[in-house]
Amino acid sequence: MKKEILKLRGVKVHFPVQAGVFNRVVGHVLAVDGVDLDIFRGEVLGLAGESGCGKTTLGKAILRLVEPTDGEVKYISQDDDETELTSLEKKDMDPFRKKLQIVFQDPHSSLNPSFTIFGSLQDPLKKFGIKSKEERRKIIGDLLEAVNMRREYMDRYPHEFSGGQRQRIGIVRALCLEPELIVCDEAVSALDVSIQAQVLKLLMQLKKEKNLTYLFITHDLSVTEYLCDRIAVMYLGRIVELCDSEDLYNNTLHPYSEALISAIPVADLDKQTKRIVLEGDVPSPVNPPKGCPFHPRCPKATDICKTEVPTLKKYSTNGNEHYASCHLIDLPEIS
Amino acid sequence: MEDKNNIALSVRDLKTFFYTNNRCNKAVNGVSFDVEKGKTLCIVGESGCGKSVTAATIMQLLPTLSRIEEGEIKFQKDDKIINIEKLEKNGKEMREIRGSDIAMIFQDPMTALNPVYTVGFQISENLKYHTNLSKKEIREKCISLLNDMGIPLPEKRVDEYPHSYSGGMRQRAMIAMAMACNPKILIADEPTTALDVTIQAQIFELMDKLKKENDTAIILITHDMGVVAELADNVAVMYMGNIVEAGTADDVLRRPTHPYTKALLESVPVLGRGKNQDINPIKGSTPDPYNRPIGCQFAPRCNWQTESCDVMPEITQINETHQVRCHKYEQFFEKYK
Repeated sequence: MKKEILKLRGVKVHFPVQAGVFNRVVGHVLAVDGVDLDIFRGEVLGLAGESGCGKTTLGKAILRLVEPTDGEVKYISQDDDETELTSLEKKDMDPFRKKLQIVFQDPHSSLNPSFTIFGSLQDPLKKFGIKSKEERRKIIGDLLEAVNMRREYMDRYPHEFSGGQRQRIGIVRALCLEPELIVCDEAVSALDVSIQAQVLKLLMQLKKEKNLTYLFITHDLSVTEYLCDRIAVMYLGRIVELCDSEDLYNNTLHPYSEALISAIPVADLDKQTKRIVLEGDVPSPVNPPKGCPFHPRCPKATDICKTEVPTLKKYSTNGNEHYASCHLIDLPEIS
Repeated sequence: MEDKNNIALSVRDLKTFFYTNNRCNKAVNGVSFDVEKGKTLCIVGESGCGKSVTAATIMQLLPTLSRIEEGEIKFQKDDKIINIEKLEKNGKEMREIRGSDIAMIFQDPMTALNPVYTVGFQISENLKYHTNLSKKEIREKCISLLNDMGIPLPEKRVDEYPHSYSGGMRQRAMIAMAMACNPKILIADEPTTALDVTIQAQIFELMDKLKKENDTAIILITHDMGVVAELADNVAVMYMGNIVEAGTADDVLRRPTHPYTKALLESVPVLGRGKNQDINPIKGSTPDPYNRPIGCQFAPRCNWQTESCDVMPEITQINETHQVRCHKYEQFFEKYK
C-alpha cells in the first residue's frame, strides 16, 4: 500500500515585481501557479521542465525556503499524523526541517569556504541536540564513508575538493539528520558526465539503505527516466503531465512533453528520431498567455486552446494513472 | 580523406602549452585531425581535456602565457594553403582570416556579447572590416541575417541591446555574427551547453541548415555524446590533450575501440532505455595536468591497464577512417564486438 509523505494542494508562489520611485508593485511573477501533487513514501518523483518553469521554486516552497503565497503543503508522518506546514510558525517548523532536506544545485556555492567540512556540517547536529563533539564527529565520519570519502576529509576546507566530491559533501549534509525526504535540486547538472554517473549511483544506493524518498528536480529527462518512478513535467508554474516514468516515454500525452523528449539528443545511432522543434522561448511568467499557457508554441494548438485553460485530468495508460492537462487528448477521462 | 580539395582545415601534431608559475601545462599535446567541407567534426571530452584550447589555437585566440609549441594548422583559402600557426597573432593576415574565413561561436552568449553595444552594431562590425558594403547594405544584411536565424521582428531587434534578448536569442545572434561573412569553417565551442533542450534543438536545426546550404565545415566542441550522435559526421574523442580515438560517427559510436570512449558512452543514461539500463561511472577523476601519468593518460582510470600502458601508445589505424591510441585495442575490440 502506497502511503503519502507530502500532499500539495493548490500551491502558489507569486513574487511581486516592483518598479518606480516608490517601489510600487506593478505585477507578479507567477513562478508556481497552483500545483497539486502527492509524493509517496519510498518513491523517486522526478520534476522536469525547462529553466524558468518554476521547478526549483516549488522544491523550495515545500521546505518553506520561499514562502508559498497560497495553498497547502501537508506532511504525513509514519503514524499518519497530518501537519499543514505553510501555516506553522517559523520555530514550529524545526522538527519538520529534520525530516525534509535539500541538496542544492551548485556544489561550489553551497559550502561556506571559511569553514572546514566538519564546521559546516556540525551545525544542524548541534541544533538538534547532539551535544558531544565526539558523537558529532562520529556521525559525520560515518556518513562520509557511506558516500565513499575518507573520514579525515571532514577537517579539510571546501576548496580542497573537486566538484563531484563537494556534491557528495552536500549529500552528507542533507543526510546527517536522517531525513525522510530529500529534494535534489539539479544535484548532478553541474557535474562532468563521468562524475554524474558516480553521484547518481550513490543516490540510488543511499535510497535503498536509508529508505529515502526523493523529489528529483532536473531538466535532463534521460536522467529522470533512469532514476525516477514517476515524473511530473512542469510548464510555466503548472504541472502539465504526471505519470509513471515509463509511460512518459512510451505513452506521452501532452504535446509539450512530446517536444521535450524529442529534443533530447540520444547517444544511440539506432534511436535517432525526428526532432520536434518548438518555436520561440518560454513566455514570461509575469504575463502568461491566455488559455493554455503552452498554446503559442504548441504545434497542435486549436481555437479552444487559446481561450480555455485546461485542467489536470486523470487518464489511464498501461493500467497506470496518468494525469495530463491538454484539450486535445483522445482518451476517456477516469475519475 | 582521399580528395585533398575537400579538406578545409588540416591540423597536424599540434602542441599548445601553457606556462604559469614556472610550470608547464601541456594542454594540447600532439593533436591531428582534418575537417572536411560541408561536414561536422565533433570533438568530445570531459572538462579540462583541451577541447576549447584546440579551438582557441586554430583561431589564434590564446592567452599571453601560452604558445603553439609545434605542429601545423593548414587552412585552405581559395587555392592557397595558409599555415595559420606561422601567422602573427594580431597581424593583418590573421585578422583577415579571423571572423571572415574562420568564425567562432562561444559557449556563453551572456559574456561573449558586449552589453553596451546594440546587437546590430556587433554583427555589422564583422561586415565593416571584411566586406566593401555600404552602411545601408550592411544594415540590410544584418536584418536578413537575424531573420534567417529566426529572430522575430528583426527590423526592431537589430537596434536592441543584448540584455533584452533571451538566452536562446543571444546564441542565435552570436551565430548570425559568426555567419555574417559566410565563413568556410565554423567553430562552435559548446554552443548549447547553457541552453534548454528545446532551444538547443532550434540551434541544431539552424546549424544543420547552414552546413547544407553553405557547405560550411563545422567543428563542434561538446561533452555530450547525445549531441555527437545527432550531429556529427566525424568524431574525435579527446582526453588530457590527446585524441584517443577518431573516426566517423558510425565507427566511434557503434564500435568504440578505446576504453575511454566506451566508458563515456556507458556513463550516461540513454533516453528510451528505461530504468533497467546499467550505467557505469568512470572511476576516479581526471588527473592534475601538472602531475600527469607517465604513459597512457587514461591508464589510472582504465579497467584494462597493464604494464605496457607506462608507455604512451601510438596511433593505430584500424580501417581507413578509424584510428585509436591504445595498446590493448585488439583485445578490447574483440570483447565488445
